[in-house]
Amino acid sequence: MTASTDLGTGAGEQVIDQPRRGALVLRRLLGNRLAVVGLGVIVALFVLAYTAPLVYHWDYEELDYTAFLAAPSADHWFGTTQVGGDVFAQTMRGLQKSLVIGLLVGVISTAVAAVVGAAAGYFGGWVDRSLMWLVDLLLVLPSFLVIAIVSPTFRGQTWLVFVLLLALFAWMITARIVRGMTLTLREREFVKAARFMGVPPWKIIFRHIVPNMSSLLIIDATITVGTAILAETGLSFFGFGVQPPDVSLGSLIAAGVDSAQTFPWLFGFSAGFLILAVLSVNLVGDGLRDALDAGSVRSRRADRRARGSAT
Amino acid sequence: MARFLVRRLLNYVALCLIATFLAFGLASLTFNPLAAYAERTPPPPPAAIAAKRAELRLDDPIPARFVGWIGDVALGDFGTTTTGTPIGEQLFSRIGVSLRLFALGTVIGVVVGVLVGVTGAVRQYRFTDYASTVFSFVILSIPVFVLAQLLKFGGLQLNAAAGTTILYFQGEVTPSFRGSAGAELLDRLQHLVLPTLAIALQQIAYYSRYQRSAMLDVLGSDFLRTAQAKGLTRPRALFKHGLRTALIPMATLFAFGFGLLLTGGVFTERIFGWFGMGDWLVYGIQRQDTTIVATVTLFVAVLVLLSGWLSDVLYAALDPRIRIR
Repeated sequence: MTASTDLGTGAGEQVIDQPRRGALVLRRLLGNRLAVVGLGVIVALFVLAYTAPLVYHWDYEELDYTAFLAAPSADHWFGTTQVGGDVFAQTMRGLQKSLVIGLLVGVISTAVAAVVGAAAGYFGGWVDRSLMWLVDLLLVLPSFLVIAIVSPTFRGQTWLVFVLLLALFAWMITARIVRGMTLTLREREFVKAARFMGVPPWKIIFRHIVPNMSSLLIIDATITVGTAILAETGLSFFGFGVQPPDVSLGSLIAAGVDSAQTFPWLFGFSAGFLILAVLSVNLVGDGLRDALDAGSVRSRRADRRARGSAT
Repeated sequence: MARFLVRRLLNYVALCLIATFLAFGLASLTFNPLAAYAERTPPPPPAAIAAKRAELRLDDPIPARFVGWIGDVALGDFGTTTTGTPIGEQLFSRIGVSLRLFALGTVIGVVVGVLVGVTGAVRQYRFTDYASTVFSFVILSIPVFVLAQLLKFGGLQLNAAAGTTILYFQGEVTPSFRGSAGAELLDRLQHLVLPTLAIALQQIAYYSRYQRSAMLDVLGSDFLRTAQAKGLTRPRALFKHGLRTALIPMATLFAFGFGLLLTGGVFTERIFGWFGMGDWLVYGIQRQDTTIVATVTLFVAVLVLLSGWLSDVLYAALDPRIRIR
């Protein structure tokens, strides 16, 4: 809360309140066993996905012509595919992609939501109206449909285009909440003081308004990571997401799904890692939500969400 | 109240048209329906490609194409696919397939979800509460396409255990099925169970989480204590005063849950081989067919519109404060 300390006007309550609150939230989060487990699993998955391929003796693009559809063994830990690709190497590669896409989408979309929501709430007037209209419109269009429609354009492009598209359709609900909070923050003494001292609007937004919503933004980014992973794998499942030769957990599951009954390793490992990743992200998100406030955040989110889609 | 509902309806119709236009525009911009033609061996003569170009009106500006199409739609003509078959031929059978799946899945999902949520709240921190919380957490972390596959495995196990086919997981009805109406209904039901479960389970998990917290908010309220103090039994007070209040925020949530349902529907239809609208969307994108995509978008937009409007009606029915407006 440097923002309010260096101003010092009428923000006394802020200065005392915030650090304690941060410690309290952290303590509550660490007290939540499931959230801690979730956090541990996510870290472990990240480490595994990025270090295992370094020590493993097969590359995800490499083919073993002596082993087609081989069951898991000491040589191929998770078995091989129809053409002799190593399932462990592919799963690790897919896990990398899915995790990093989820993380990036969570961070980018929350940043967009913070900027758009704060701008709409702070400036009001036509800025507010046009931004909120955009939010309503994007909420009506099912994101799955839109990304699927434009997917032919990013075939052959880098997967970062896909990340941007996913983020483009993930920020709207958070932006609405941020806007609502900005409306009240705008009337607070420390914001008014900054304004009367002649601090330009954008500086006020980034130094005084956004930092005051950091806890909400962190929770929201976490929850978005979970939904982004689900969206990414879903689109990749149909071939509308991560494009070959690169793989994601979604495209791996799609490749293994037809023979899942007879060759379970083609489907089971990627599906298992996917569920594990999403479940742990959700556990952390829920723990954060409870740590910040037992009930109100959840109900507020539900309320905003519902109102967002009904407008 | 009537004015409130009419105003909402107009708002939805406008958003619906804009959404369809955007999907139509995006599809027109990104799709190249002539690609499949040009890649044929031997390559078709340029005149044939030019004729196809003219037929698909690819040289007209996109807004003009959209206005032409939506005008025809208003008259009941949905146009043709790029291969020339009329959209109308498949449209209604596909809508029927999707609605059968969605309607049953939604009804089961909403009713069971609300019941599970209320039970969890009333018996907070008991076994049923923990069990339903764990259930919804796990279900919400499983993507639909994995869940559907797991249900297929379950169905196979069940069939193997029973020694006969109880549940089918391909299509809507056994092809070339001949039999009495009753036998056909049974056959359809056997096909319906697994896809419906795939859709319903997710909704149960989703709604029960929100219903639980909405109900918990209500359980601590003064008016519920008052209702019991003036002599209502607890179940009666819970049902008449508690549940009704806790359902108000849910009414708007139902509209939002519809998005979840539609995306889930695409996967479910695709995996269980149901030729519905979701299956058509994937087909349309793979074939780069603007008309199919625009038609499906219109269908989705109308469904979102209807469910949004329905939730407004529900809202008005449940919350007296709205009716005055």
